[in-house]
Amino acid sequence: MNNKDNTIVSLENVTISYKSQPAVKNVYLDIPKSKVTALIGPSGCGKSTVLRAINRMNDLIEGCTLKGRVLFDGIDLYDKDIDPVEVRRRIGMVFQQPNPFPKSIYENIAFGARINGYSGDMDELVELSLRQAAVWDECKDKLNDSGVSLSGGQQQRLCIARTIAIQPEIILMDEPCSALDPISTLKIEETIHELKKDFTIVIVTHNMQQALRVSDMTAFYNAEQEEGTSGGKVGYLVEFNKTEEIFNSPCQKATQDYVSGRFG
Amino acid sequence: MVAFVLIGIGLVVFTGSIESMGRYGIKFLFTSDWNPVTDQYGAFTAIYGTLVTSITSITIALPLGVGTALFITEKILPKLVRETIGIMVELLAAIPSVVLGLWAMFIMEPFIRPFLSGLNNNFGWIPFFSSRPGGPGIAPAILILVVMILPIITSIARDSLNQVPSRLREAAYGVGATRWNAIFNVILPAAISGITGGVLLALGRAMGETMAVTMIIGNSNNFNFSLLSPGNTISSMLASQFGEADGSQVSSLMYAAFILMIITLIVNIIAQWMVLKLKLKY
Amino acid sequence: MNSNLYYNPSLRRNISDKVLTLLSGLFSLIAILPLILVIAYVIVNGASQINLSVLTQLPEPPGDDISAGGIGNAIIGTLIVTGIAALISIPIGVGGGIYLAEYSKPGVFTKFIRFGTNVLSGVPSIISGVCVYGVIVSTKIILGSNFSALAGGLALSILMLPTIIKTTDEGLKLVSNDLRKAALGLGASKYITITRVTLPSAITPIATGVVLAIARAAGETAPLIFTALFSFYWAQGTQALLEPIATLSVLIYNFALEPYKTQNELACAASFILVIVVLMMNLLTKLIGYYTNSNKS
Ligand SMILES: Nc1ncnc2c1ncn2[C@@H]1O[C@H](COP(=O)(O)OP(=O)(O)OP(=O)(O)O)[C@@H](O)[C@H]1O
Ligand SMILES: [Mg+2]
Repeated sequence: MNNKDNTIVSLENVTISYKSQPAVKNVYLDIPKSKVTALIGPSGCGKSTVLRAINRMNDLIEGCTLKGRVLFDGIDLYDKDIDPVEVRRRIGMVFQQPNPFPKSIYENIAFGARINGYSGDMDELVELSLRQAAVWDECKDKLNDSGVSLSGGQQQRLCIARTIAIQPEIILMDEPCSALDPISTLKIEETIHELKKDFTIVIVTHNMQQALRVSDMTAFYNAEQEEGTSGGKVGYLVEFNKTEEIFNSPCQKATQDYVSGRFG
Repeated sequence: MVAFVLIGIGLVVFTGSIESMGRYGIKFLFTSDWNPVTDQYGAFTAIYGTLVTSITSITIALPLGVGTALFITEKILPKLVRETIGIMVELLAAIPSVVLGLWAMFIMEPFIRPFLSGLNNNFGWIPFFSSRPGGPGIAPAILILVVMILPIITSIARDSLNQVPSRLREAAYGVGATRWNAIFNVILPAAISGITGGVLLALGRAMGETMAVTMIIGNSNNFNFSLLSPGNTISSMLASQFGEADGSQVSSLMYAAFILMIITLIVNIIAQWMVLKLKLKY
Repeated sequence: MNSNLYYNPSLRRNISDKVLTLLSGLFSLIAILPLILVIAYVIVNGASQINLSVLTQLPEPPGDDISAGGIGNAIIGTLIVTGIAALISIPIGVGGGIYLAEYSKPGVFTKFIRFGTNVLSGVPSIISGVCVYGVIVSTKIILGSNFSALAGGLALSILMLPTIIKTTDEGLKLVSNDLRKAALGLGASKYITITRVTLPSAITPIATGVVLAIARAAGETAPLIFTALFSFYWAQGTQALLEPIATLSVLIYNFALEPYKTQNELACAASFILVIVVLMMNLLTKLIGYYTNSNKS
């Protein structure tokens, strides 16, 4: 499985701290190209933190520091010469809470594309992205309405469309369905299946079924009390393997307990 | 009770001005003679001064204040530096205006006089710069007003920016926006109603600001378009004349005060309403 | 392709970003420059004048004497006038805030009062002077005196009122409802609950508001120039409140406009005292806020 040629992002001994308090420790992870990788684990074990480290979103949080290396096509994203803006253009992100801009649906898509220097036919791009994110039918008659006026599920798919429109190589999704009803969830999962053809996807989810349905690879994180400290828990990677392996024959007992719901 | 105080103030000022209102009516607003000797009063010079100083100073202070607020909120420098700047701006707001006036008279005005002369030499054909600067005048008054309202605009802009939900910020950066892409396209638009409210509050403050302006504007009632010449505002006229006024001059001053009160009330009501609207939104 | 990931300083977006960042930094510098300059000015020109006789003597009427005297009576006067203002506005303001937060029913009327409080705080300070002049000074309604310390204090209290009401109201609103319910549940009356439980736990924001309001009032000049006026003598005896009184702020104003250098210098000395006191009070509130915040978390 560790076919290095197919690895697009690779975390090497990554430790991420908030104000000198480590949140996740010593993470090694090779994310394969054109596959869906799921990150699962109990709340607070640092899944979001790891995900946000991949496109340098953590830069926005004051006091958040990273040790170790995050390689993207062999380049360390935390090299001091790296332009984080460029990183985020190549590695897009869909957030846990739908967060469309308070602009029109059309502008929601066009804004990102425009600042990324897209010079083709904007109408075409908007339609294509909305179609790929499976919201075109619901939006096509009201492209000038505010993005905020859509339902939660539609907003989330709009956010996916917005990310697609900037043509990234990787799409990071942080619990994209956590605020959604089952039907919207199913729609988004279908969308993910579609997107797999063109993009590498990393998705954080609390839903085992979802991980099973959409992902090729699964990484299980857990958190435990740091020995000798009174501080908070520190997350670490327990196991990373093909999704079937993780769910059917995990190597670790903790993984077994977690995926079968006997956790905690 | 507060409303009572408010109405009470309005009533007192209004009663005081009835005599003058009856005598001059609306003409008071548009004539510029102000002559206690001949007992002839018109407040145009002061009204012009009030409007031109407050509006110009807002125009200058707005970019400065919002720029400062952005500098403080958008994590450009380490936290300690930002907080220090924030506290210093707040302290600036605490300096008594009479002290700022003192500083303006003895330090700022002499310092900027050569620049104002330069304006007159090069742009004298523009009515606003058509007189030779010499000592106190409208232009230095505008500058000291900028100093006084800058903290108001900065702190309200800062509050509004802090209220912009962080997920909007993340959304902008997430699609690859640079810092200023995000600021201009997402963050500022989201904070705009609060900032507008702040600007209006500052406008009200600039119109009513008295001491520093009185000390530096020259207190002249001769109307002149030029910002480089001495002028008057309603509040500086009140401050400089009320103590020694009697008879119908008092009434005319009251009338002017009444006008000032009405204008600032309207500005403040709109401002409060906008700030309130912002609170409801998030 | 991958080299694109590296920061390219000649890219247009990076140039404009740099320029704008520098610009906003420059604006911040411009914003704090006046504070530094003004403080430097009053320290350089004011602190050097300060000595015991300046602090304790009376000011001399203008004339090109060697000395302009001192600011002793103005210091006392500022204390008296601000004290009167505080005595009037603190009970009314705190009471109004308690009413708003604890007794009034949420609704249009309460909203209107809060709105009115905010609007009142925007009324120019000179208007409150004009008003007090109209009611008290020109009518000589108080025992036949016209310009007086009392009139000045009253004018200042109008300015302090909205700040105190607002901070009391907001401070009380921050007190958790559980606390109130617990006290009421123990059988305490509403009055007891407020005086023994709610008010004490909101004391920090209220005190902060009061200190800020006093600091602001101490520096106010506009409402005093034609209510408290000025005096070259000590405030004396029982009649003191009914007579014109000197204050630091009005002294600065009057003496700054005099053509004599000695008077101007005295204005600087008074400014130094005033600025130091006002800034100290502001920093004090900051410290209180900081201290209580770090205590809670
Ligand atoms: N902005 C922040 N500042 C300080 N600590 C943070 C911050 N964000 C997260 N943490 C800490 O880092 C740890 C990991 O948080 P993270 O959000 O990555 O967990 P998670 O696995 O995504 O949890 P969830 O499943 O609930 O989303 C937590 O202990 C949290 O308290
Ligand atoms: Mg998370």
